[in-house]
Amino acid sequence: MTAKKELRVSAIQHGTVIDHIPANKLFKVISILKLDRCKNLITFGTNLGSNRFGKKAIVKVADKFFDEKDLNKIALVAPEARFNVIKDYDVVEKREVELPNEIVGIAKCFNPKCITNTEAMATKFSLVVSKEIALKCHYCEKITTKEHLVIL
Amino acid sequence: MKNRSLVSINDFSKEEILQIVDLAAKFEENPNQELLKNKVIATLFFEPSTRTRLSFDTAINRLGGRIIGFSDASSSSTTKGETLKDTIRMVSNYADLIVMRHPLEGSARYADEESRVPIINAGDGANQHPTQTLLDLYSIKKTQGTLENLNIFMVGDLKYGRTVHSLLQAMSHFNPVFNFISPDELRMPDEYKFWLDSKGITFYEHTEFTDILSRADILYMTRVQQERFADPLEYEKVKNIYILKNSMLKNTKDNLRILHPLPRVNEINTDVDANPKAYYFQQAENGVYARMAIIASILGLV
Ligand SMILES: [Zn+2]
Repeated sequence: MTAKKELRVSAIQHGTVIDHIPANKLFKVISILKLDRCKNLITFGTNLGSNRFGKKAIVKVADKFFDEKDLNKIALVAPEARFNVIKDYDVVEKREVELPNEIVGIAKCFNPKCITNTEAMATKFSLVVSKEIALKCHYCEKITTKEHLVIL
Repeated sequence: MKNRSLVSINDFSKEEILQIVDLAAKFEENPNQELLKNKVIATLFFEPSTRTRLSFDTAINRLGGRIIGFSDASSSSTTKGETLKDTIRMVSNYADLIVMRHPLEGSARYADEESRVPIINAGDGANQHPTQTLLDLYSIKKTQGTLENLNIFMVGDLKYGRTVHSLLQAMSHFNPVFNFISPDELRMPDEYKFWLDSKGITFYEHTEFTDILSRADILYMTRVQQERFADPLEYEKVKNIYILKNSMLKNTKDNLRILHPLPRVNEINTDVDANPKAYYFQQAENGVYARMAIIASILGLV
């Protein structure tokens, strides 16, 4: 079953496969990882199959291997994402994403009176560990909870 | 503390807070010192606050410093669309220290990142106002002789009042007991209560003044503002409950002092003013000494 699904997006010889992206977050992932400016061969499929999180998307980037730091940036939009590092058509490494403790320039502060919503500057949050994802703004010190989370 | 900004009260440790408080007492004894001779201090008030600005101006003048800046944004380049970053970059090339008040929350933290010289946050929206907290601590120390083991009552708007939140955090270094008196709508937010729990600090919540006031060492009053209520009827119901009258002070301790960040509207009846326990006007004066201590510490002049 898995093999059949994979074939919908052609295999790569070397590179990285990012799987289990929620279909509606595909373009966020592309923009966070700056794939829109990447010169490598990229294939992607979306609205594939469905699992308990709904339709998923998959991205394959040939001849590119990401830093863990970069990969973790997508954890906010695609917490279930998996990374497969491919060498000679084989998966040599599998990785899950993990929310970084400091999140720079991805999320928007929900506080309309926060300086980050007026000045041209990067937002910066620290992760507050609780049941749900919550981000504490480095600037206004207010906490943006998951229900108010907007990805820039 | 030398060359370190004061953006949030949490930036200073217990020891540093105590240093400032002790130094403020020394400046009160001897308020005219030429420590800031040949120094230029910028006071940038992107929103007007006459009270805070006069207090800083007095502190700087008493220390013999010179002041550049503006007292509201309409006379600054912000109205021409200049970013905060550009203003700070420019001014930090002119001055040795920047005192900044700004309506947006987090602006002082950002200014600190862009500035070549230290920043003193004189209020960033509803977020932080650490020099107010330090003058409150100085007032408490001065009137009680200590900051340790005090019973602190906070009254009024405990939900939005930034002064009570910062004071609560700073006092938590000193093993206090807190009593919170507020309408239901304006209760102390859960995040602060969880935080107190995590530090093992005792607190009680009340919705009106009771005879428990007899235990208070400090009564910190704040204003209950009508605009905080979604339902105007709710405001009408509570507006007279949180007004302190002189008769309510009958059975209170001799060392009790009443503080208020000012300006007051009607939450402290004027008949309290003559009571020796009323301390809010001296508290404002203490602000000058506390700010002298903060400036001198940050510039490394003491
Ligand atoms: Zn913010």
